[in-house]
Amino acid sequence: MTTSRERALGADTVRIEGPAKVTGTALYAAEHTPDGCLYAWVVPATVARGRIVSIDTAAALAEPGAVAVLTHENAPRIEEPDDPILGALRDDRVPHRGWIVAVAVAETPEAARATADAVRVTYATEDHDVVLTTDHPGLYAPETANGGYPGSRERGDFDAAYAAAPLTVDVTYSMDPMHNHPMEPHAAVARWHDGRLTVHDSSQGSAVVRETLAALFAMDPAHVTVISEHVGGGFGSKGTPRPQPVLAALAARYVGRPVKLALHRSQLPALVGHRPSTIQRVRLGAGPDGVIRALAHEVITYTSTIKEFVEQAATPARTMYTSPHSRTTHRVVALDVPSPSWMRAPGEASGMYALESAMDELALVAGVDPVQLRVRNEPSHEPDSGRAYSSRHLVECLREGARRFGWRDRDPRPGVRARGRFLLGSGVAAASYPVVITPSTAEARAAADGGFLVRVNATDIGTGARTVLAQIAADALHAPLDRVRIEIGDSDLPRAPLAGGSWGTGSWGWSVDKACRALRSRIEAAGGTVPAEGLSASADTTDDVQAGTEFARHAYGAHFVEVQVDRDTGEIRVRRMLGVFAAGRILNPRTARSQFIGGMTMGLGMALMEGATIDPVAGDFPERDLASYHVPAHADVRSVEAYWIEEEDPHLNPMGSKGIGEIGIVGTAAAIGNAVRHATGVRLREVPMRPDRLLPHLG
Amino acid sequence: MPHTSEVMLHVNGTPHRLTLDNRTTVLDALREHLRLTGPKKGCDHGQCGACTVLLDGRRANSCLSLAVAHSGARITTVEGLPRGTDGLHPLQQAFLDRDGFQCGYCTPGQICSALGVIAEAAGGHPSHVTAADGPPPGEPVPLTADEIRERMSGNICRCAAYPHIVEAIEDVAGAAVTS
Repeated sequence: MTTSRERALGADTVRIEGPAKVTGTALYAAEHTPDGCLYAWVVPATVARGRIVSIDTAAALAEPGAVAVLTHENAPRIEEPDDPILGALRDDRVPHRGWIVAVAVAETPEAARATADAVRVTYATEDHDVVLTTDHPGLYAPETANGGYPGSRERGDFDAAYAAAPLTVDVTYSMDPMHNHPMEPHAAVARWHDGRLTVHDSSQGSAVVRETLAALFAMDPAHVTVISEHVGGGFGSKGTPRPQPVLAALAARYVGRPVKLALHRSQLPALVGHRPSTIQRVRLGAGPDGVIRALAHEVITYTSTIKEFVEQAATPARTMYTSPHSRTTHRVVALDVPSPSWMRAPGEASGMYALESAMDELALVAGVDPVQLRVRNEPSHEPDSGRAYSSRHLVECLREGARRFGWRDRDPRPGVRARGRFLLGSGVAAASYPVVITPSTAEARAAADGGFLVRVNATDIGTGARTVLAQIAADALHAPLDRVRIEIGDSDLPRAPLAGGSWGTGSWGWSVDKACRALRSRIEAAGGTVPAEGLSASADTTDDVQAGTEFARHAYGAHFVEVQVDRDTGEIRVRRMLGVFAAGRILNPRTARSQFIGGMTMGLGMALMEGATIDPVAGDFPERDLASYHVPAHADVRSVEAYWIEEEDPHLNPMGSKGIGEIGIVGTAAAIGNAVRHATGVRLREVPMRPDRLLPHLG
Repeated sequence: MPHTSEVMLHVNGTPHRLTLDNRTTVLDALREHLRLTGPKKGCDHGQCGACTVLLDGRRANSCLSLAVAHSGARITTVEGLPRGTDGLHPLQQAFLDRDGFQCGYCTPGQICSALGVIAEAAGGHPSHVTAADGPPPGEPVPLTADEIRERMSGNICRCAAYPHIVEAIEDVAGAAVTS
C-alpha cells in the first residue's frame, strides 16, 4: 500500500463509465426490459381546468395489443402523495392542461400509443387563468421561497436611502418560462415480484423515489428498490420523484406484469417541471462613485394551483454586493398551469440575470467600468447575515477573466464596432452559487487481495460523480485509483442525497472520505493486512453537517462575452465566452471543465433562444418539441473557455470543494445582454433575446 | 392483430429476420427487438439526433425511419463500429480523451453522426458553411471546426459538450487526412 497522499484528487481522470457510454452499453432506465414487460403511454388532459365527466375506453381496449387503460375510476388506490404532482389517477380533477388522466398499457410501444390515442375523455371545463401579470389580484407574499429562504427581507430603510441616492437605476426584467429538456426523457420500468417492487427510474436521486413509492403503496421501504445507474441528464427535472415511477408501478400492479413507461419528449413540458417566468424589478441607489447605498430586488412569479413553488430570484441580491439598505421580496400567484420546479440554479440563474444586468446599467449611469463597479461593491461580510465569508474570490475572478479576455482594451462606447453588417460588443457579469452540504452515508470494504469497494447511493447524471468519488476514496484509502471499485445509483446502497443544488460531490464525498479513513484505520489496527474475510467501515455525516458553520459560503465566478449582432436580422451570435470561477478545490479538472462549459452554454440558450409561452387559450406550452423550443446546437457554440483560480477554503468539507454544477449558468445571460447593449446601444430587458425582440430597436 | 411484416435487417453485420408491426421504427426495432441500446430515443421526432445510425452507409435518424420500409438495409450502430486492438473505434477513443460527453445519452448518436460527417466531407459534399470558392464539387472538403459545427448541428447535447465533441472529431478527421 502506498503512503503518498492526495494523488488521485485533482488528477485529470477519465470518466470511469466512459467506455460504456461511448460503446452504447451503459443502460439507462428505459433500456431495462424484464421478461413479459408491457409498455405504457400516458393520456394528457386537453383542458386547462375542470373535471373529468367520463372516460370511454371501449375503443382503446379494442386496439390490437391493448391490455388495460388505467383511469381514476379503476386504478388501484394508493396513499395520498406528499407532492401533489404525483397525484394523477386519484380523482377526477384536472388542475392543468397536460395532467395525466389515463395510462394505456399494451403489448408493444406502438400498441400502447394507439391505445392511448383511442381513449375518449369528456370534461366539464371551468374558466382557467394562466396569465401572469404584475397586478394580478391573486398575487401574495409567500412565507418562504424555494430552498427555504425567507420570502421577504428588509434591512435598513430602503425607501429613504434610495430617495436620497445621487445615482439611481430602476429597471424591470422579464423572463419566459424555460424547460430543462434533458436528452433522456423521463422513464421508469417497474416490476413486482415476491412482494417486492423494483423500479429502474431516470432520477437524480433514487433514495427519495424509493421512500415515496414505499409510502404510496404502504410498503416497508426495505421491499422497494429503485435503480438509477445511468441518467441522461436532469438539470433539476429529475430531482424529486416525477410521475413516471409511480404510474409505472401502479400499472404493473394492475396488470400483474412489468411495465415500461417512457414519457415522450412532447409530454415533458407539462409533466416534469420548468423554470417559471419571472418579472423582476431592480432598483439600485448609489453614490457618485457607484457604490450601492440602497438595493431592492422585487420578484413576481407564478406557481400552479396544486403546489407552491417560488423561484427564489431575489435571494442572490442578499449576498452579492454592498447594500446597507435592502429590500428583497417575492410575490407569487397560483395559476392553472403545469407546476414549475427546479431548473439548473433556480433563483440564481433567474435572479442574477436581473441583478447583473442592472449592475451594468448602474455602471453606465455612474460612468464606471463594469468590472471596476463590481470591485467597488465588494462587501466585507455577507450583507444579509452579517457573517464572514468562508472564502470569496469574486474580485480575483473578475481580474483574471479581464486579463484573459483582453478587457483592458475595451472601448466603452456602444454601437461603434461594425464589421460589415455585424455590430460587435462585449459584456461582463458576475456569478455566484451557494455551498450547500447535506448529510450522507457511505460504506467502504477492503478485500484481502488489496481491492476496495465503496458503496454510496450517489447519482451520476453526467457530472462525473462516479469518477470523482472514486478519486476521493483512493486518496482517503491511500490506495491506487484502479484498486477502488465504486457502486452508486441504487437505493439498496447506503443512503445519500439526490444530485442537485450543486451539493452532490461535497455531501457524498464527505461520507466516502469518512468511511474510507475509518476503513484505513481498521486496516492499520489489523496490522496493515486485510484478513481473508475482509474489513469494512461505514460513515454517516449527519452530525458533521448539522454542526453547521459560522461562515457564509458561496462559489463565485465572472463571465466575459463577445457577441455579434446582425443589423439586418437582429440575430445575436455569441462569438466567445470566457468564464473564471472560484469554487474551492477542483477535484477533477476534466469533468469540472465540462460542467462549467455546459452551464455557460445553457446560459447562452437562456439568453438567446430558450423561451416557452403559455398559450392563454389552450392553457399550456405550445412549444412541446425541440424544433419549437430551441436549445443550443453545435453551430450556436463557438469559443467557450472555462478557467478557475486555486482556492483554499478550510470551512467546507474534507476535500475543500464547492459545487460546480450550476454556477456556469448563473450570470451568463446578463453578460450576453450587456454585450448586446455594448454592441448596439440597445438594452433588451427580457430573455430570450430573440431577433423579433431586438430588431425593432435597431435603426 | 396489428398489420405486421417480415423484415430483414442486417445490423452490425448480422442478419435478423423479424416480424414487426408496420408502425415500428428502425429505432424501436433496434432497441426493443434487438436490444441494441446504443441508438437512443431522445425526441422520437427527428429533432435531437440521439438515434443516429448509419443506414446503408449514410447517417440517418432511425426514429424517423419505419423498419418495414428498410427491409434488406445494412445498419451500423455504435455497437458495431470497427474497433482497434484497444477495443474502441478511434472516434470512441477521441470522445473519451476529449471528454466529449457528460450524461452520455446523446453520445452514440454524436459518434455515428461524426462518422457520417467525415465520410460526407471526404466524399465532397459541401455544407452551408463551405465557401463558394472552396474545393470543386466532388473534392474532399476540409473539416474545419466551423464545418464540423455546422454538419453536427442535428445532434443536440444538452450537457453541451460541444467544444469537446468538435475537438474529438477534429482529432480523428485530422488523422484521417494526414494518414
